[in-house]
Amino acid sequence: MVTYDKLIFELSAPGRRAYSLPKPFVKGYAMTELPAALRRKTDLLLPEVSELDVTRHYSNISRKNFGIETGFYPLGSCTMKYNPKLGEEIAALPGFANIHPLQPAGSVQGALMVYDELQKLLAEISGLACFSLNPYAGAHGELVGLMIMKAYHERRGDWRRTKVIVPDSAHGTNPASATVAGMQAVEIRSNPDGRVDLAALKAALGDDIAGMMLTNPNTLGMFENDICEITRLVHEAGGLMYYDGANLNAILGKARPGDMGFDIIHINLHKTFATPHGGGGPGSGPVGVTRELCEFLPNPQVKASDGHYYVFESAEAIGRISAFYGNFRVWLKAYVYILSLGRENLKALGGLATLNANYVKESLKDDYELPIAGVCMHECVFDGLKDKSTGVRTLDVAKRLLDYGFHAPTIYFPLLFPQSIMIEPTETESKQTLDAFIATMIKIAREAAETPELVKTAPHTTPISRIDEVMAAKKMILSYKDYLEDRDKQGEN
Amino acid sequence: MSTVLAGLKYSESHEWVKIIEGNIVLVGITDFAQSQLGAIVFVDMPDVGAKIVAEDEFGAVESVKAASDLISPVTGTVIAVNEDLVGEPELINEDAYGAWILKVAVDDMSELDNLLDKAGYEKISK
Amino acid sequence: MFKYFPHTEADLEAMLAKVGVKTIDDLFKDVPKGVFFQRDFDVQASLSEVEIRAKLKELAAQNRQYTCFAGLGVYDHYEPSVISSLISRQEFLTAYTPYQPEVAQGTLQYIFEYQSLIQTLTGMDAANASMYDGATATAEACFMAEAITKRKKILVSGTLNPNTMAVVKTYLHFKGLELEMIPAVAGETSATALKHMLDASVAAVLIQKPNFFGIIEDCQKLGELAHESGALLIENADIATLAVLASPREDGADIAVGDCQSLGIPMAFGGPTLGYMATLKQHVRKLPGRICGMSRDANGKRAFVLTLQAREQHIRREKANSNICSNQSLMALYVTIYLSVMGEAGLKEANELSYQGAHYLKDRLEATGKFRLAYAKPFLKEFVMETLLPSELIQKALLDAGIFGAVPLAEYGEDYDNLVAFAVTEKRTKAEIDGLVATLEGLSW
Repeated sequence: MVTYDKLIFELSAPGRRAYSLPKPFVKGYAMTELPAALRRKTDLLLPEVSELDVTRHYSNISRKNFGIETGFYPLGSCTMKYNPKLGEEIAALPGFANIHPLQPAGSVQGALMVYDELQKLLAEISGLACFSLNPYAGAHGELVGLMIMKAYHERRGDWRRTKVIVPDSAHGTNPASATVAGMQAVEIRSNPDGRVDLAALKAALGDDIAGMMLTNPNTLGMFENDICEITRLVHEAGGLMYYDGANLNAILGKARPGDMGFDIIHINLHKTFATPHGGGGPGSGPVGVTRELCEFLPNPQVKASDGHYYVFESAEAIGRISAFYGNFRVWLKAYVYILSLGRENLKALGGLATLNANYVKESLKDDYELPIAGVCMHECVFDGLKDKSTGVRTLDVAKRLLDYGFHAPTIYFPLLFPQSIMIEPTETESKQTLDAFIATMIKIAREAAETPELVKTAPHTTPISRIDEVMAAKKMILSYKDYLEDRDKQGEN
Repeated sequence: MSTVLAGLKYSESHEWVKIIEGNIVLVGITDFAQSQLGAIVFVDMPDVGAKIVAEDEFGAVESVKAASDLISPVTGTVIAVNEDLVGEPELINEDAYGAWILKVAVDDMSELDNLLDKAGYEKISK
Repeated sequence: MFKYFPHTEADLEAMLAKVGVKTIDDLFKDVPKGVFFQRDFDVQASLSEVEIRAKLKELAAQNRQYTCFAGLGVYDHYEPSVISSLISRQEFLTAYTPYQPEVAQGTLQYIFEYQSLIQTLTGMDAANASMYDGATATAEACFMAEAITKRKKILVSGTLNPNTMAVVKTYLHFKGLELEMIPAVAGETSATALKHMLDASVAAVLIQKPNFFGIIEDCQKLGELAHESGALLIENADIATLAVLASPREDGADIAVGDCQSLGIPMAFGGPTLGYMATLKQHVRKLPGRICGMSRDANGKRAFVLTLQAREQHIRREKANSNICSNQSLMALYVTIYLSVMGEAGLKEANELSYQGAHYLKDRLEATGKFRLAYAKPFLKEFVMETLLPSELIQKALLDAGIFGAVPLAEYGEDYDNLVAFAVTEKRTKAEIDGLVATLEGLSW
């Protein structure tokens, strides 16, 4: 079945239909009344297919995808945990799916109550005071958080603070978010064990620093053990601390960003709170802040009073950053997940995720290069195979894993090691699954020594083999129209 | 092992400069730079007539997994860009010193004295 | 054990032994003492599936579902039943961004198809793999115009949806770009004012079609003015209408953006939807976000992969034009399936039905003698009526009759005091429209 290779356009036959619409109910109205200059003149390239064509096509191409229910998905820094079905069922309820965002607040009390309840739950879990659920994704949360940071300094009349400190181990979104927020990222080096270098931090601090962005545990899966000293130094210098919640899963129940001294935080609900990644989105990146920063949260804001929920537009806010309330049906699923877990399981979650990662780390360190010894948090990082003489690289190991029915870990990130392999098992994986993965990784290490070509040319069993990325970037075939034009050009030659 | 040619001038940011005649020079990226980038898929070049300034960015080269800003080794006016690179950016991978990127009329040729020679560049491109 | 945690006591014991610690807390020695979270969360204990279902059903019931005659960015369009069934396949739903193309051809192919569909509807050369929503896509288009023109001022039409406008304002303010509002005259962008505002500092002119009032403006004329002074035209267009209205390309747009909610996505309180973004070939490298391209695998088989990644934040870091590192992939699948189902004929038919319903409603409202079309300009499915009836009275009467419509525009501007907006999609029946009119007919004060 995975040999299926059609585009939806290639199933098209003139006159075929997959839709049914009501008949016109009144005569005398037709779009031909519109001035010709306002109407479309050029042709459309849309498929004409039957309903079965559509369902079969998308069912078939779905089989070329690897999902969390297909198998183990240890993609580091992505927290690919099980996405419970209950959330899907709830988010599909007509009472949630069929409401218009401009309806009066009195007619959407259920939705507003979830907004308020979830922001309070996130506040308790993270140790911050109040949240906005409006940001659409992690990177969007970063941008909103930095806007808050900038607005805070500006409102105090301090216009010099335009720089944001970012460790060199940070994800690329951190410096990019700073630029988009109209600030400058200042990169500081990490110390040899991959943590913030306090001397470098001190040297960077000054009255032009708006704050610092930090992921903790950091992108190497290490807890920043100097965190209290870091937040103290930044606060003393007049800056604010931003917590990138990408790795919150590790410490859930064991430590709270607010208690570490962070002032602003975003949480990736699609990671820590188990909403599906959807092949790249929609996610949700709520932003939380300390009490004194609450007024800066974006509009619209939701407030409770006497068991009733209201929508506010605050003049103190940074403004609007989304058309409405963010990805409502995503944060609704996160709410359901938190209710499912409850107090006792929220407390246990981070510990189990961390145990799983350490178990994998200890089990693989004889065959894979462990650049930083010691306990890791929810993910572990190796620097390629221990035996470098085979010529088998991290890319090859990742591709070979696909042959064995595992998704690859994150590779070549963090950038600190040339052959990075970053494994994040998450708490929803059993020891049995981890043991099977470990055995396979060890088997691949053996293959690398004995039959390196087999590994270097992997994968062998996937719907396609390795892809020509140079051709993709050079030819830039980005649509069916480009494809047809390219095909015609080839035909002429 | 990448090639460094004698007779050219080099910048620390891995561009080369070749004097054609008078104040007219060609600018490209070094063999070391292309080997670090891998297969080049795009070269972003300035317009003819643009002013470029030494140590300022004037464009970028892209491979599949990396992008590198082009830093001008000289100050002057762009009098031609290598149009061949638009369709065939891989020419830089094939012959980094043949595939020039810009032809520039340099304002002050003494500026070239600040650049590295073959031996100097070899030291930083190992 | 809890249902999402598979660890048995025996597992825990064996794993702790392998790691060489006695308890899980021993793994958190790096957490400073004062920070280690000792207490329990102030959160209620775990609820069973039965309890959650009951609780959430009750909350859902507290949201009232109306017969929807409201628009202003979110529309109650037809959702073909095949969409929800296909969308829920775990292979689509639970996958990550397609970083390993060998096991993500499903995602990559539908993104390619999505890009193709946006390409043809907008008429532009290339689309990206989607943005968060129409408003943020519009803001990002302004950044893109800055990067292309190296100019720092954006002229925004006063007929842009105020919510979109608010998001653009926030983004531009923080990025340090200038924003000036082109006045709206009689529901349209003032070309005269625009002419005076254009100069060599203007990066782009931003307009919307159909605009906030539902009016289909002559965008071509505005585009020509922009181009004369070297500025770009950014057109925010309701994508569902582009099967019948002049495409952004035909209007001369350099960047086309907007929301795709009107293509098969539930209203869902405004999210998730997705924003589309398309441009001309010469600007493709300035597009933010993911882009999927076609290529070949090692055996010569057609295959898809994320491409032109050197534009993006994970490579360019602080030099990237955008910080976006995801797309609304699953929502792009909604759109792709929707357009596959509808095709050209279905999309045109849906527009024709919306047009018919909207104009029928407009005529019937005018016939009551209580409403007058605010601006006598061409519209498709959305329009604004002027009335002397208090908007609260209208709203209450409609809500009591199970109808949400006649959205008062007063809160969006002082000039809009007596204006209420309606939208009619292909879902609205004659009976529903007649019912709305009957409700308003009898109103007096």
